[in-house]
Amino acid sequence: MTNTGSGSPDKEPATADQAARMALDNTERAEPTSQQPPERPALGRLFVENLWAANTLTVTVLSLLLAMVVGGILMIVSDPDVLGTYSYFTARPGDALNASWTLVSEAYTNLFKGAILDPDAVGLTAALSPISETLTYTAPLVFTGLSVALAFRGGLFNIGAQGQATMGVIAAGLAGFLLPLPAGLHLLVAVFAGALGGAVWGFIPGILKARTGAHEVINTIMLNYVAAYFLVWLIVQNGVQDPNRSDAISRPLDASAQFPRLFGDNLRVHAGIILAVLVTWAVAWLLNRSTLGFELRAVGSNPAASRTAGISVTRTYVLIMVFAGALAGLGGSQMVLGTTAAALTPLVVAQVGFDGILVALLGRVKPWGVLLAALLFGALQAGGNRMQSYSGVSLELVTVLQALIVIFIAAPALVKAIFQLRAARAARPQTSLAKGW
Amino acid sequence: MSTMAVDDVAVAPVNEGFWTRTRKAGLVLTALGLLAVLLFTALASSEPARFTLSEDASGAALKINGTVGAALFGAVALAAGVAILAGLPTRWFTLVLGVGLVGFVVSFLCWQVSTAPAGQNFMPLVNIVRGTFILALPLIFGALAGVLCERSGVVNVAIEGQLLMGAFSGALFGSLSGNLWVGLIAAAIGGTFISLLLAVFAIRYLVDQVVMGIVLNLLAVGITGFLYERLMQPDPAKYNSAPRFSDWEIPLLSEIPVLGPALFAGNIFLYLGLLLVLVIHIGLFRTRWGLRTRSVGEHPTAADTLGVRVLRLRYRNVLLAGAVAGIGGASYTLALFSFTKNMIGGKGFIALAALIFGRWSPTGALLAALFFGFADQLATYLSAINSAIPSQFLAMLPYLATILAVAGLVGRVRAPAADGKPYIKG
Repeated sequence: MTNTGSGSPDKEPATADQAARMALDNTERAEPTSQQPPERPALGRLFVENLWAANTLTVTVLSLLLAMVVGGILMIVSDPDVLGTYSYFTARPGDALNASWTLVSEAYTNLFKGAILDPDAVGLTAALSPISETLTYTAPLVFTGLSVALAFRGGLFNIGAQGQATMGVIAAGLAGFLLPLPAGLHLLVAVFAGALGGAVWGFIPGILKARTGAHEVINTIMLNYVAAYFLVWLIVQNGVQDPNRSDAISRPLDASAQFPRLFGDNLRVHAGIILAVLVTWAVAWLLNRSTLGFELRAVGSNPAASRTAGISVTRTYVLIMVFAGALAGLGGSQMVLGTTAAALTPLVVAQVGFDGILVALLGRVKPWGVLLAALLFGALQAGGNRMQSYSGVSLELVTVLQALIVIFIAAPALVKAIFQLRAARAARPQTSLAKGW
Repeated sequence: MSTMAVDDVAVAPVNEGFWTRTRKAGLVLTALGLLAVLLFTALASSEPARFTLSEDASGAALKINGTVGAALFGAVALAAGVAILAGLPTRWFTLVLGVGLVGFVVSFLCWQVSTAPAGQNFMPLVNIVRGTFILALPLIFGALAGVLCERSGVVNVAIEGQLLMGAFSGALFGSLSGNLWVGLIAAAIGGTFISLLLAVFAIRYLVDQVVMGIVLNLLAVGITGFLYERLMQPDPAKYNSAPRFSDWEIPLLSEIPVLGPALFAGNIFLYLGLLLVLVIHIGLFRTRWGLRTRSVGEHPTAADTLGVRVLRLRYRNVLLAGAVAGIGGASYTLALFSFTKNMIGGKGFIALAALIFGRWSPTGALLAALFFGFADQLATYLSAINSAIPSQFLAMLPYLATILAVAGLVGRVRAPAADGKPYIKG
């Protein structure tokens, strides 16, 4: 590829792998996503066969299962007491198996209780609490996931969602405590500022890619760190730092700049999740129904053919990155405009940008898929908190689970081999965008 | 893959007119020189700026009046910039550019040191040089891991994860066994474990290599963080108290002023890192293995036609890279600190930057790593003397420099042609 060479990408020649990728995309798009068998006599048998075929849903579920198995093994080997029972495994295997089962099942039960439903909860608030937590963690991931997915569809790998989210949180935070605006308008301005901050940070790698061919992966990685250091510097400046604090924390945001809570003050879920669903719909519309979306997908499939067809690849690359940046900026702004934090701190964006990459891959780079994937990740996060406090299993296990799920998703051939799945036609996710530097 | 010849034509240099890359570099250097002569000189104080040849204020020192120094070295940078602009013969370019950049940095230092609070206006050169190498060490190992991988056509974004896993398993098994060498070997195996995943998924299952690298980094953060909280935090005496390599002083060489105590009284990792740069450089450009590695990274189809086993070579190089990075991670836990969660903290990505900035060559990576290490050390020094320059902006320097390099503003960087492209035989 000539991506690192000089000259605008508009002049790039076509390559064989791009053509192959386009062909691949075309066949995939032709596949129906639902695995509903047609009306035939042996409907039940067909259904079972399809269920055990390597289709998207089956691979996802089995990947989750595999990840949890590996997670369970990690729990067992890291628990000296349980591991001790394995020293006399041949004499009394029941001890080891019982201890392991208790440890792992209790941890995963708490994961479930913290994420979805706690059957022992008393009262409506307690019963809704897990769902509320899940949705709170889901909201920012939807935006960063959409950011990565949108860029993917345009043939760009946006690793910079983290940096764009950081710039988004900075802009939204500044707008939140520097501008004296009435309620309602203030929130609107803060949300817009967040999107703008991210868009600016997305524009830089976009224009560099378009004008000089500099690879967006390298530039977005570097910009992530520039943004992180900028945040650390900004927080301790006069007018930004909380005058009552000596540590690195900014002034708190005005209440007028924060999303309203959906179910009263005791539940953390806020209107950000509604915005997330709306934006998912908007991105789906943009990708599948608009002219820009068509151009974006065309460029992603085959830049050379798109150029021949009269699409400006340069302009499309810049637009893709600006939109992706704006989405990631929105995701970052959720962290201060929602209920997660009320002020800027060096770690305010946590990992939402990097998690967004995993969410996009898990969601098969499709907008509604991203929403579901973000829901799963949000649930893992929320459940992980309970698992940590009730079972004493470190929250880091959630990171392991998330990474493992995506590894298995990315290599469906491996999952297929492990479970002896029948080959299905729509098994391959659109993650094979390998282009090198 | 079959169209690589077309790619090469597209990258071939075109007639750029008057503003060649050399002239652009000259222009930038001239601007820096002007900045030094005008701004640094104006801001510097007439206090002497002392560069001591020891670890503190005592002993012999190079001393210069702050204003004079800033102006003088700024003028050197300016002269070098003008010389390049005026059209210097190409063979002098690198030397003059280097002299100019050093002049700019020294001018900057004269300003900073001379305006430091009274009693602190000295710069201990031994500390600076030693700190530069210590901070550059993980970058050197990481960037070498990148060289090994990417020269054979596998993108290695997982350097961070390999360093982290190396640091972790070095600490864990070093503590459990109480033996340094067991720790070192375990560290290499830890890094290789991440590499193995990268290799299998990238080469066997054709997963996008950048995606895989990013996910593996998260996996390494998760696994090490999880085991740290489960094992090391509750019982640090058993699981997180690895023995440490002591410093080995090399006779005679350690007597050299400044460089001696800084470079030849270090621990095994320093010597190992420098040795590896040399070995990999020679290996890559002077041996059969190196020629094959480079050919697989540039044009795997051609290499395959000539009988090179592309996939096997890639597997071997990626695994080797993991071992190198794992040892780099151990340079933390078996020499300096005990393991903490996410202790690599982005060094793997700076190593990636060093690899790219050093144009995918071992010596280039070494120089880039030293430059980044120096920027890091300078940030520490400047915040110690209460400089007006925020340390965060110095910390951004490696990343910004890499963006400029990739965008083609400072020379041109070009990755191996087949870097990141899976090879499918047939």
